Amino acid sequence: MEQPLWEVFIRSRQGLDHKHVGSLHAADAKMAIESARDVYTRRMEGVSIWVVESKHIHASNPEEAGSFFDPAEDKIYRHPTFYKLPDEVEYM
Amino acid sequence: MDTEALQQSFDEKIDKDIRIEPKDWMPADYRKTLIRQISQHAHSEIVGMLPEANWITRAPTLRRKCILIAKVQDEAGHGLYLYCAAETLNITREEMTEQLLTGKAKYSSIFNYPTLSWADMGAIGWLVDGAAIINQIPLCRTSYGPYARGMVRICKEESFHQRQGFDILLSLCRGSEAQKAMAQDALNRWWWPSLMMFGPRDADSPHTIQSMKWKIKRFTNDELRQKFVDMCAQQVEVLGLQIPDPELKWNEARGHYDFGEIHWDEFWNVVKGNGPCNKERIAARTKAHEDGEWVRRAALAYAQKQKSGIPESQSAKATIKD
Repeated sequence: MEQPLWEVFIRSRQGLDHKHVGSLHAADAKMAIESARDVYTRRMEGVSIWVVESKHIHASNPEEAGSFFDPAEDKIYRHPTFYKLPDEVEYM
Repeated sequence: MDTEALQQSFDEKIDKDIRIEPKDWMPADYRKTLIRQISQHAHSEIVGMLPEANWITRAPTLRRKCILIAKVQDEAGHGLYLYCAAETLNITREEMTEQLLTGKAKYSSIFNYPTLSWADMGAIGWLVDGAAIINQIPLCRTSYGPYARGMVRICKEESFHQRQGFDILLSLCRGSEAQKAMAQDALNRWWWPSLMMFGPRDADSPHTIQSMKWKIKRFTNDELRQKFVDMCAQQVEVLGLQIPDPELKWNEARGHYDFGEIHWDEFWNVVKGNGPCNKERIAARTKAHEDGEWVRRAALAYAQKQKSGIPESQSAKATIKD
């Protein structure tokens, strides 16, 4: 009988996002968090751990990445560098 | 997309050094090669705990004992990073464990040699972990994303392993004559098996060419072995020990050290399972796996019980019944 797989997310310092670091097997969430501490933070790499069972993660399809992310591709006006400012405007 | 188009897009990614990720299409052989290599690597970390664990209770000082425990814990962690990376390729942990215990999957032959003295802890750290680092640094840029990310983490932790080994040998070499002799004896026994860690000669390595094309490997076995010899030949002078190879000599023209021929019969013999400790290592792993069975079952049963919300007093009976 296989123990479920969990994805592990670690906040390395207060004020930063939790970031995915890897996965591990554990019977329940409590054991997953304790194992995550032992496997992924042996050198003080974290101040907070999230775990989520891998089966609950839904992902976009890499084969459709082109068309899926296409809507943002031609909207360069969303970036500040799209706008040419007169030299007189020093900061904006 | 048809297979040809998928193959083309895969080849383009490899050419441009874009990492392959778990859900991306990949050729079946690429997947197979990675599963073989990553699981073999994971097994090596796990079996690698055994020869060193042998000395934890006999470490000469509390400081050395703490360090050795930390190192062995790291090996366990490294094994787990790698198993998880392999699992993203659609092989289960159970399948990998079974392959290890039945001998279907290999692990690094170096761990089939016995650890006879405390100096062996030094020699393993300096030579075996040193060789592992040389093998592993290029793997941080390997083409499969989860493997590369695992390797980055491993390499960060591994350099302490090599230094603590060198530190053990240095202390012995600066100690009494008997201590220095113990260090030399360990070097004599571990030198050649360490060179074998880089695998067969390029000409005899069936997987190398394809693995280089896929950018799983970045350097050949012989290139990495040479790098290792060059590194050790210099560091051994600080220790004041002798590398047990009369042919070891600086070659000005090549800009490298020349070294003697490895006993390839011994190499293949240990790979085939006839090394001094092959049986002992697998027996120890099998025992650990079997002894842990009830713990894994109990943890799962407890998790089930929590989920179904049955009060502990009632469900205890049900669990005992099955």
